[in-house]
Amino acid sequence: MRLVYFSSASENTHRFVQKLDLDAVRIPLRRADEPLTVSEPYVLLLPTYGGGATGGAVPKQVIRFLNYPDNRALIRGVISAGNTNFGEAYCLAGDIVAAKCRVPHLDRFELLGTPDDVARIRERLTTP
Amino acid sequence: MTQAIPLLRSIQAINWNRVTDEVDQDVWDRLTSNFWLPEKIPLSNDIPSWRTLKPLEQLMTTRVFTGLTMLDTIQGTVGAVSLIPDASTPHEEAVYTNIAFMESVHAKSYSSIFSTLISTAEIDDAFRWSEENEHLQRKGRIILDHYHGDDPAKRKVASTMLESFLFYSGFYAPMYWSSRAKLTNTADLIRLIIRDEAVHGYYIGYKYQRALASTSAERRAELKDYTFSLLYELYDNEEAYTEDLYDPLGLTEDVKMFLRYNANKALMNLGYEALFPKDATAVSPAILSALSPNADENHDFFSGSGSSYVMGKAVNTEDEDWEF
Repeated sequence: MRLVYFSSASENTHRFVQKLDLDAVRIPLRRADEPLTVSEPYVLLLPTYGGGATGGAVPKQVIRFLNYPDNRALIRGVISAGNTNFGEAYCLAGDIVAAKCRVPHLDRFELLGTPDDVARIRERLTTP
Repeated sequence: MTQAIPLLRSIQAINWNRVTDEVDQDVWDRLTSNFWLPEKIPLSNDIPSWRTLKPLEQLMTTRVFTGLTMLDTIQGTVGAVSLIPDASTPHEEAVYTNIAFMESVHAKSYSSIFSTLISTAEIDDAFRWSEENEHLQRKGRIILDHYHGDDPAKRKVASTMLESFLFYSGFYAPMYWSSRAKLTNTADLIRLIIRDEAVHGYYIGYKYQRALASTSAERRAELKDYTFSLLYELYDNEEAYTEDLYDPLGLTEDVKMFLRYNANKALMNLGYEALFPKDATAVSPAILSALSPNADENHDFFSGSGSSYVMGKAVNTEDEDWEF
């Protein structure tokens, strides 16, 4: 399964994706960048912007990407990164996207991900 | 150490309309929107529950909170402040002032817990214990030494260790009580502190990585060695401190799992790989679930005791920008 991901300026999620060593495309960070469009089914990997009562758990760039109906139609599942220290908001962005797009929230991991997280998620994405 | 801190290199007014690192803006927004005060939490609802704890359990809990008070005091008055002169942007300076203030709010919150649950004599005894406990004092001394050193990157490492690792021997106790439906309001307050510390650790670790990106490979290797040796030094001390606190209740081994789990997260905040393997970080599910009801997909909703609804939290499952 193809992987589409977003990573903020911290590059945490980007580094996780590098460790997966799979074909992946990145949702652009800046508004001025050319918007990403996809033409094949994919799993979306995204970080949660942490906690609190203000909303905004899903990065704006991901919202922009999913607001293209063609992009949205091809999403098959979500994987999210977070930090359990954010309590109920742990990996909330994954829950929100899964509910909005009616796809499964396949997996979660913390921060940069441990080697176990990399192995487990890699297997999940490469097993047909 | 009486060297004057150069608080301003030149006089420059902060311009929030020209933010060079968007993370400064994001973190500022997150921190200010997360602002809270201990008076919002109905701690007095925990008085009946506190009375059900055995004397040894009360003693452990009281000592835990004095240790946490000490760490938050250090971070509020020395730690976050010592980062200000090293800031690379005026917005980064502003974020540190927010962090410093919030640490002082945290330190004061423990006093709210004390005054609600414990007699003045017991509070004094606990503070005396914290001043005399070898391992707690050593923990404070190690961190203070590193804050007073002359290397800005190393200060960031020490600060991230404090924010993301050193608090957790203490945070275990209220999560443990929460998992047994005790002191649930106190646990709600501690969760707010944990949430703040998570943002602080992320931010300081991020700034550390930014600073590292423009240095030589030798310097990066030196700092990596430094980080891991500091972690080992602190970890050995944390084990001993944990034994002092939790041996009487037989909880030490589970607390150590929690320590290693958080040590890994501190390293990840600094951009390094996790050090401890999975079986050394197997925190009991009850603790993990007290920390984050969402962490376990099969958590029992009804066991999520506590009174967080008192805070009137909005559930952010809707987003105005969401245009579906």
